[in-house]
Amino acid sequence: MNALILPSRALAGSTLVEPVLAVAGLTKVFSGREILQGLDFALSPGQSTALIGANGSGKSTLLRCLVRLVEPTSGRIAMLGQDVITLRPHELRRFRARVGIVWQRHNLVPRLSALSNVIHGVQARMSGPRAWFQSLAPADVRAEAMTCLARVGLADRASARVDSLSGGQQQRVAIARMLMQRPAFILADEPDASLDPQTGQEVMELLLGLVRQDGLSLLVISHRLEHTLAYSDRILGLANGRIALDLPTVQANAAALRRFFDHEGAA
Amino acid sequence: MTDATLSPPRFRHLGLPSYVVLLVVLALVVSSVAATAPSADKLVRGITRLFAPSGLFTQMVPPDFSRIEPISWKLLETLQMAVAGCFLGLIFAVPFAILATDRLSPHPVVRSIARAVIALFRTVPDLVWAIIFIIIMGLGPAAGVMAIMVDKIGFAGRFFAEAMEETDPGPQDALRAIGASRLGVIVSSVFPACLPSFTATSLFALEKSVRGSAALGLVGAGGIGVDLKVAFDLFNYDEALAIILLMLALVIAVEQGSGWIRRKLI
Repeated sequence: MNALILPSRALAGSTLVEPVLAVAGLTKVFSGREILQGLDFALSPGQSTALIGANGSGKSTLLRCLVRLVEPTSGRIAMLGQDVITLRPHELRRFRARVGIVWQRHNLVPRLSALSNVIHGVQARMSGPRAWFQSLAPADVRAEAMTCLARVGLADRASARVDSLSGGQQQRVAIARMLMQRPAFILADEPDASLDPQTGQEVMELLLGLVRQDGLSLLVISHRLEHTLAYSDRILGLANGRIALDLPTVQANAAALRRFFDHEGAA
Repeated sequence: MTDATLSPPRFRHLGLPSYVVLLVVLALVVSSVAATAPSADKLVRGITRLFAPSGLFTQMVPPDFSRIEPISWKLLETLQMAVAGCFLGLIFAVPFAILATDRLSPHPVVRSIARAVIALFRTVPDLVWAIIFIIIMGLGPAAGVMAIMVDKIGFAGRFFAEAMEETDPGPQDALRAIGASRLGVIVSSVFPACLPSFTATSLFALEKSVRGSAALGLVGAGGIGVDLKVAFDLFNYDEALAIILLMLALVIAVEQGSGWIRRKLI
């Protein structure tokens, strides 16, 4: 792969470590409106980065563009050593398998058990009936799925239908499914949004644990100021489709961040 | 009373185009009834003939169950035709439905073709399909099974496609984002979500098949309908009534059974 030209911000921030994600000149235009306006940033591996911004600032679009669930209009993305923009469909499938996504809505299959839903994560590297339902899965896949469920504290609910679980438990099953992928990078789109404060905190702790213990990289969107400050190493602020804030979390102060959580931040 | 307390008009004001449409519909209804519906005196004469000493009803009652054994075997054949045709139709309806679903079809052209085929299968009556398959395969239950199968592809294909269309796209998107194959997304996400709808449609299809298979014999496609036609042709109206009653019992039994399964599964 040709070496990508990294944005100057990334070079200034981390010259010694190969970035796990480098974005250069990324734009996305929807119906004539520029949602993302030439974004440049890079992330170091093994870090938790919070992406903040008001509603409509382009955070979710950015996350989707990174794995081409939404096709960028222009710009370059290098993630996990691959030039994402030029990937062919089958290469894109293999690339996506290495990127775990935690959605605001857990997006589990409601009528299936927690175990079957977690086993779906293995479709990142295995296809066919053995990856579709827990009853057809080989013993080693079932064992790994149970380990993932145990990791999120739900091994005892493996047989429960996911639509019988609480919102927080469903989100944890979604994280277990994501772990089953064996991802190298995690994108999380407001994983704490529909949860009560306590459960939201537990989910964020779980995600940060994956960064600290497993060395995964995390880019997480959150609308909760306290979570942004507590569970990130770095904060990126998006306003009007541009990076308007980029600083280590230790240097952030709550008052300065507050404006990125309200409408004035987007103005 | 102030303007603020005035209630809205009782009827919405209709424009001229609406009145024209109403008038056309009314004219269509009146002309259709006048042209085709039986007159009152014709209806009275018919009912009088029905209950006359040599009338149809008088000759039908009491029903003649003397040939109950061969009729029962034919009834079983009718049920088997319905089950086989329905099963095959449901199996083939699934791929057609997938190809006809917006989110799952590989290409808009493929989707349009699949929808057109489903519409064709659904629009042509099963009796016409039976005649076509009798020409192709000859008289007998095989033609009936094929007719039921094609009819069920049209029936279930449409409802399966609608069910898949209405599923929550979230789980499918999540699996696609993982890198799951198209088939993986369909089987592990779409099918489980559609299971209640698929079950209900399949049971309705079975009921429809049993009702339809009884009539297919009238054109020679096997089953009890053949015996019914023969009974009418030979003026054995009492035996015809026995066949009709047994067909009714079969249809009610299947409907009750499928209703029970539906309540248990869904």
